[in-house]
Amino acid sequence: MEPFVVLLPLFGALLAMPIGRMVSARAAELTTIAFVLMACLIAWVLFFDVAVGHNARTIQLFTWIGSGNFIADWAVKLDTMSVIMLVVITSVSSLVHIYSVGYMHDDASRPRFFAYLSLFTFAMLTLVTADNFIQLFFGWEGVGLASYLLIGFYHHKKSANDAAIKAFVVNRVGDFGFALGIMAIFFIFGSVGFEEVFQAVRTDAVVTPFNAADGAPISELTVGFLGLELHALTLIGILLFIGAMGKSAQFFLHTWLPDAMEGPTPVSALIHAATMVTAGVFLVCRCSIIYENAPDAATLVTFIGATTAFFAATVGLLQDDIKKVIAYSTCSQLGYMFFAAGVGSYGAAMFHLFTHAFFKALLFLGAGSVIHAVHHEQDMKKMGGVRHILPFTYAMMIIGTIAITGVGFPFLYDIFHFPVGTAGFASKDAIIEAAYAAGTEGRTGAYYAFAMGLIAAVFTSFYSWRLIFLTFHGKSRAPDHVMKHPHFPPNWMLLPLAVLAFGALFAGMLGYKSFVGDKAASFWGNSIYIAGDAHAGGESHAVEAYAAEATPPVEGDHAETPAIASAEDPAGAAHDEAEEHTEGYGEEGEGHHFPLWVLYAPLLAMLIGFGTAFAHYMRGSDPLRPGLLREGGILYSFLKNKWYVDEVYRFLFLNPSRRLGRILWKIGDGRIIDGLGPDGLSGLAGFGSRLIVRLQSGYIYHYAFAMLVGIGVILLIVRLGGAQ
Amino acid sequence: MTESFIDQPWLSFTTFLPILGALFIVLRRLLSRGDETALVDNAARWVALLTTVVTFVVSLIVYVFYDTSVEGFQLVEEIAWLGSGISYKMGVDGASILFVLLTTFIMPICILASWQSVTKRVADYMIAFLVLETLMIGVFCALDLVLFYVFFEASLIPMFLIIGIWGSEGERTFMGAIVKNRIYATFKFFLYTLLGSLLMLIALVWMYMEAGTTDVVALQTYDFPIGAQNWLWIAFFASFAVKMPMWPVHTWLPDAHVQAPTAGSVVLAAILLKMGGYGFVRFSLPMFPVASDFFAPFVFTLSVIAIVYTSLVAFAQEDMKKLIAYSSVAHMGFVTMGLFTGTEQGIEGALFQMLSHGFISGALFLCVGVVYDRLHTRQIAAYGGLVKHMKWYAFFFLFFTMGNVGLPGVSGFVGEMLTLVGAYKVSTWTAAVAALGLIFSAAYGLRLYREVVFGTVHNEQVLTMPDLGRREWGMLAVLAFMALWLGVNPTPTLDVFSPAVDSVLGRYDAALAAAGR
Repeated sequence: MEPFVVLLPLFGALLAMPIGRMVSARAAELTTIAFVLMACLIAWVLFFDVAVGHNARTIQLFTWIGSGNFIADWAVKLDTMSVIMLVVITSVSSLVHIYSVGYMHDDASRPRFFAYLSLFTFAMLTLVTADNFIQLFFGWEGVGLASYLLIGFYHHKKSANDAAIKAFVVNRVGDFGFALGIMAIFFIFGSVGFEEVFQAVRTDAVVTPFNAADGAPISELTVGFLGLELHALTLIGILLFIGAMGKSAQFFLHTWLPDAMEGPTPVSALIHAATMVTAGVFLVCRCSIIYENAPDAATLVTFIGATTAFFAATVGLLQDDIKKVIAYSTCSQLGYMFFAAGVGSYGAAMFHLFTHAFFKALLFLGAGSVIHAVHHEQDMKKMGGVRHILPFTYAMMIIGTIAITGVGFPFLYDIFHFPVGTAGFASKDAIIEAAYAAGTEGRTGAYYAFAMGLIAAVFTSFYSWRLIFLTFHGKSRAPDHVMKHPHFPPNWMLLPLAVLAFGALFAGMLGYKSFVGDKAASFWGNSIYIAGDAHAGGESHAVEAYAAEATPPVEGDHAETPAIASAEDPAGAAHDEAEEHTEGYGEEGEGHHFPLWVLYAPLLAMLIGFGTAFAHYMRGSDPLRPGLLREGGILYSFLKNKWYVDEVYRFLFLNPSRRLGRILWKIGDGRIIDGLGPDGLSGLAGFGSRLIVRLQSGYIYHYAFAMLVGIGVILLIVRLGGAQ
Repeated sequence: MTESFIDQPWLSFTTFLPILGALFIVLRRLLSRGDETALVDNAARWVALLTTVVTFVVSLIVYVFYDTSVEGFQLVEEIAWLGSGISYKMGVDGASILFVLLTTFIMPICILASWQSVTKRVADYMIAFLVLETLMIGVFCALDLVLFYVFFEASLIPMFLIIGIWGSEGERTFMGAIVKNRIYATFKFFLYTLLGSLLMLIALVWMYMEAGTTDVVALQTYDFPIGAQNWLWIAFFASFAVKMPMWPVHTWLPDAHVQAPTAGSVVLAAILLKMGGYGFVRFSLPMFPVASDFFAPFVFTLSVIAIVYTSLVAFAQEDMKKLIAYSSVAHMGFVTMGLFTGTEQGIEGALFQMLSHGFISGALFLCVGVVYDRLHTRQIAAYGGLVKHMKWYAFFFLFFTMGNVGLPGVSGFVGEMLTLVGAYKVSTWTAAVAALGLIFSAAYGLRLYREVVFGTVHNEQVLTMPDLGRREWGMLAVLAFMALWLGVNPTPTLDVFSPAVDSVLGRYDAALAAAGR
């Protein structure tokens, strides 16, 4: 049964186009939906079996690539991590399939669209069920292909084509790092299987890299790379993270994601929000044991993640395209996930990945509903007052917004022993608190991440509410005919919104204990590293190192800090299975071991953002009037132009390589190689060649000459042979 | 099956069967009257198709007899030929058997690809292709250096003719005279090859005098003095590097491809380019292991230059065939890089890459041929928006573009990944620079696809182009199936290579150890 969870969507993808041609587009849609729903059902069954029933297993199908000791299987690895992903992917995918029936109803090439969606689902499922890096890479590139096809779905549009290519190529830049990471892994461990590699790290085994005279324990091993001598695990960690940066649109490699909004909106929801872009987070969490033993790599993850969270949130403030706002928001939220992983709280990273899938898909699909209603207008400046025509969508978008901004009631924690609030509240607070906790333990970059996380939370709240106010409130700024004859969303589109809204509200509260709470250690089993857990973590050298190097916390005025460092942290990072079960939750029930301000800071950040947005867009006559930033000012231009990253890249990479290509062609090949080679030689061979040219009526000379050479050779050899 | 049935000279039969077909066409023409040209042409087409298909079937029989698990040569035939150590000797091992199959597999497709597009001197054309097939199979089967040399060099002759007679029109000024572009291309091709061949010939003669035989098996175990190995290696390298082609002796390839008819490009890309790589595995590595090791950094340098340089050049091309030709050079860079890593993954990956490139680049040239037949231009700018009316074409072209880009699941990925893994073991710089090819290939491949297939129609004629016909569909579908099959389940193929690679590596490592490296 297990392989079918992966294969069913592929069947759907293969059947969609023939059925669309032979029967009808609707039949093709229903076929793909049926297959994805079946996969979804199996995924949920597997979820309860594996994650709840602790029945992790791997089904090996057959060897994919076997060359010497380089062996990669086709496999279905089922552990807590992969079944969570299975559930998220198949559920969101099913909903998006259903939603698309309504959203795409007037598109002529619907079967192709559904085939691509199912193809994507298949590739994403192979990615998360891989038991080795090569199959993971297969899925990784496969989702890249599907993303390319879907971004460029409207292939007559130049902007869509450009965006599709940009997405693929920028991702390839990341894959460049990823591929080198895989090579490094094979070089060092002699294997590309997860179990072999992780087990070696877990037990600090002695490994001997290829051709090395003798091995060393992996925690101390250094290898050469591009002339440098680097800590082996750090090298692997950094290279893999470059891949993750590409796929998950982290700073430096984020430029493709906003452009990817050229694709139809359901695609943005499924691929560019809920699933594919989280593959990088998945990769880092999958390799958590490596990052825990490679502190420098983890620090890099923290810094890039935190910077992205901040950067993308600032850019999101000024976007007018409703989808671009959500795209930057996705980028920013992915940054949260990464720095959670970077500070060692992989459970919190996965938790946010899980909850984010619900509320971000909800926001995108809601935005799609709006775009659909206002005749495919995406500019929020031309919307306004949409709540009157789309009350249900409005309600759903409000739910999405309170989820992403993290509305919750921290003071109720003491009563219920779990965070009472929306999904985003539970997971984002877990991340911010984990960053703080890691900071108190002296983890490099953790306080930076904590600060960036808080600032980004203010911005998140601002741009999210700005979106709501500009789109749904105030007077309509759309042309009359649009507001008079909006396209009302059919039930196909509304039902998925309702399901996702349920998740956006309750996923956090339902998942908290398992993902980051007191059940985390048993829930995750071996699938991710959990600080202090002997089974998953083994002896963590990195954590010991952190403890040894711990510097006094920056916020030294909080007397509780030493206590925090040793005490259990209910919100995220440190859990000790044994202790927890014996000493119980009661002790923690007395309250968070954080200064109160840490606990309330995210809520405060959310309120500030909301208040500012409310003050500007709900008060006063014109919501479009200039705000705090003067239009045309330096900071305004800087943000409006997305920190000029695209421009810098065009100047540094794109234009030079184009120019270089032409130079190498015309001058390198043309003048130098040919000029000195055949053309030059022929010039030298003046007389002979002119003779040849005179013979141009035929080609016989080639034949004759070559024959001559051949015969000459044979004669020569026979002679020489005879002479001996 | 009886022993005697297996003991028949199957390899020679496979090799010379196409020539039999060619003789048949000659006969048919001699027997015909002057006004029966159309009849003869049609007969030539069918005879050629039938011959190549039968040859393919026979080669499959050979493969049935071939035991993939055994090291060393099988189905060996030996007949005294020129005496004193030079004989007619044929045989196959893991490194060659699949290239024989590749050749016999590709040839019927080439004949089909020329079915309608070639109208001039059809009988001659078919004869040229059949002779070419014999020579190419001979290259992969020959186990005598002289025999190999004869096949290797002679295979150029029909290729010259195919480009020179059936190549495209167009003229240029060259050496003070106006010549046809295709003549210029064959000239360039010829000049490069000649240089390499002469050096290889000298080396061959020297080796014969030193070892007293040209038997490949004997030469592979003969210890050439280390000082001489370097010179011999260079001489062989000159010949094989031109054939690959490696940077900087690659400039003949874009010209040859552009001028060649579609089937000529297919056979050039799919098979002729593989003879250089095959030569490295068969001769350079086992016969001159110490020199191979010594020159490995040199080869790595040329290989990564090829990958980066030609990828950048490919991006700037305006002619579809030139773009694909440059991309071929880049892909062959992975092959040479892998071969000289002296690792199992590197060499197996290189062999696999050659096989996979045979299907993928062959198919890409077919894709160009499809639109060339309809619009008679290869200029990228003349197309755009093909997807509107050519859905199947768009599908296949995308599939092979992705294969060329190295998407996992299609065969291109396996070779690239394995050669990179092999290279990483030896030199991280080489692997890192070569891996840049991942980015570049995506850039130029997708650019080509966008300009041709996507976008708006800006050339009215594009709207009149029909989608793939049944013949075209069949050819591309078969190639796509092979590329997909090799991509999803490459291990059986790698297992065929592995005994040969093991024996090459065994000798290689032993020689290096003996030489104190």
